Amino acid sequence: MSNTLFDKVWDAHVVRKIEGGPDVLFIDRHLIHEVTSPVAFLGLKSRGTTVLYPNRTFATADHNTPTIHQDQPVADPLSANQLQMLEANSAEYGISHWGLGHQKNGIVHVVGPEYGITQPGATIVCGDSHTSTHGAFGAIAFGIGTSEVEMVLATQCIMQPKPKKMRINVNGKLGKGVTPKDVALFIISQLTTSGATGYFVEYAGDVFEKMTMEGRMTVCNLSIEMGARGGMIAPDETTINYVKGREFTPKGEAWDKALAYYKTLKTDEGATFDKELSFDGASIEPMITYGTNPGMGMGISHNIPDADQVEGGAATYEKSLGYMGFSEGQSMIGKPVDFVFVGSCTNGRIEDFRAFTSLIKGKHKADNVTAWLVPGSHIVEAQIKEEGLLDILHEAGFELRQPGCSACLAMNDDKVPTGKYAVSTSNRNFEGRQGPGSRTMLASPLVAAAAAVTGVVTDPRTLIEELV
Amino acid sequence: MAYDKFNILTSTAVPLPIENVDTDQLIPARFLKATERVGFGDNLFRDWRYNPDNTPKKDFVLNDPTYTGKILVGGKNFGSGSSREHAAWSVYDYGFRCVVSSFFADIFRGNCLNIGVLPVQVSPEFSEKIFAAIFADPKTEIEVNLPQQTITLLSTGESEKFEINSYKKNNMLNGFDDIDYLQSIKGEIKEFAEQLPF
Repeated sequence: MSNTLFDKVWDAHVVRKIEGGPDVLFIDRHLIHEVTSPVAFLGLKSRGTTVLYPNRTFATADHNTPTIHQDQPVADPLSANQLQMLEANSAEYGISHWGLGHQKNGIVHVVGPEYGITQPGATIVCGDSHTSTHGAFGAIAFGIGTSEVEMVLATQCIMQPKPKKMRINVNGKLGKGVTPKDVALFIISQLTTSGATGYFVEYAGDVFEKMTMEGRMTVCNLSIEMGARGGMIAPDETTINYVKGREFTPKGEAWDKALAYYKTLKTDEGATFDKELSFDGASIEPMITYGTNPGMGMGISHNIPDADQVEGGAATYEKSLGYMGFSEGQSMIGKPVDFVFVGSCTNGRIEDFRAFTSLIKGKHKADNVTAWLVPGSHIVEAQIKEEGLLDILHEAGFELRQPGCSACLAMNDDKVPTGKYAVSTSNRNFEGRQGPGSRTMLASPLVAAAAAVTGVVTDPRTLIEELV
Repeated sequence: MAYDKFNILTSTAVPLPIENVDTDQLIPARFLKATERVGFGDNLFRDWRYNPDNTPKKDFVLNDPTYTGKILVGGKNFGSGSSREHAAWSVYDYGFRCVVSSFFADIFRGNCLNIGVLPVQVSPEFSEKIFAAIFADPKTEIEVNLPQQTITLLSTGESEKFEINSYKKNNMLNGFDDIDYLQSIKGEIKEFAEQLPF
């Protein structure tokens, strides 16, 4: 029988099927952070139960950590309390804890893959919707609520109805300056933020096959922004080369067995999907969002569409443009930019900093721009230094901050002030996402770089001849 | 934790006819710093509800005494965005026991079911009728009947069936939660774990 990649991994993890209800799904790897776990641990305590498999859960602090002076005590007492709770709960239940200051600390969806916690064919959950990132390895990975965090801690299972399946094919040669972020924002702009709700997505086609693991992670990360629970890409040589030899990756004989399993992880010829979509990669240009959800994106050279050209209510559309201070029919090119944020689980990996640096090299940060460059982990931070990128950034007037989620959701002090505009490589442009009243334009690291050196929204293709 | 049982809820409703209401509007990230599940209702729709100086925004529906009740009626694609269960907690803690929309985001819907808030998905047409009825008469009562899986405008008797899987329905009716169930099959889970390849 022909099966999809998704079916193979899901079905291998079903402990029990409930008639007229969800499947009991076994979870291989569980990632936790300081914000969505404390109430789950309280629940465990009130039930008088414990963590069933502590070695399957990994804790890292990232959501509310500061991105400067990490060696000093956290000033905000509420954040400090959450960080302390994560440490105390991890210690009490025997869970690995990579807290602030730990060499392995970083954004949960960046460090998971870096240390080989993320593996092909695994089921991975975390109380964070961007857990979909790990699907880049051919894992089933998705975000869960705190009640489910408690379920996984207590029983290593959650209860989920099996989602429908969608395949999104993108083939063709990507144009100059078009990055994985642009491919993802393009797809979301076509599907809207609810277009894949109820589905699990498989990305297929040569555009994804040619991507690095970093690029694939960016794409899978954004699956949730079109409503999908997650997205995945079949593992191939690129995946195996990335996974091999990492700390938590199987070794020796176990690796040989794992490798044999990884090679079965692909959609069979003739397997069917509930929905299948195809796009031409060559038609995608650098993208930017103009509204208050990630589906409100367009090619950077386009004009903001009129209300009658977009799906959804005109009132909601006008509210959104009103919040952003934009109007129908306007071009985004030349709009002033106050902040540039490069980082997050979407675009906080080494490739993103390479792209950013390739464009700003030999130029200088615009005076009107505050730039926050936040690596996703200490490994990324070290690579930036080792590759000489830090020197280039410094020469151009940029500083590098310390790892964390930072301005993506502005739980720490990295907040964009009311009314100010940010070009951000993160994942959400919701009202107030980057601070109360902040106005976010989502884009790639190249578009962010172009904005950072010109001070306005700029098509990166106009700035350099040879882009990475 | 087990939660309140849900059977038949008859209440007036609060209308919020905005599409794509996201989790950052339901509860902005800066209010996610609590380590206990208390007080989230105060920050439900915080930035739509209050000015930066914490005075209420008069034109927001939660500040309008005309509209009250235990049912929140939202626009299409309600609850999109983050997996934060705090969004569902804030809806519950404010006093809502049911959210009605023509389309829900996946994770938010699941989170609601896990804490005892009933998400009722209706057709776009019925959603329009509900909004029209509430705006015409804010005292309009709506009956949400879980055993029958119906939602009814009591003023006109217009009614529609809604979907819920039988497992979750039983949980809601009895106030059971998934952890109770999973704990009861722990032996089976351990056996399953032992036979996993790695």
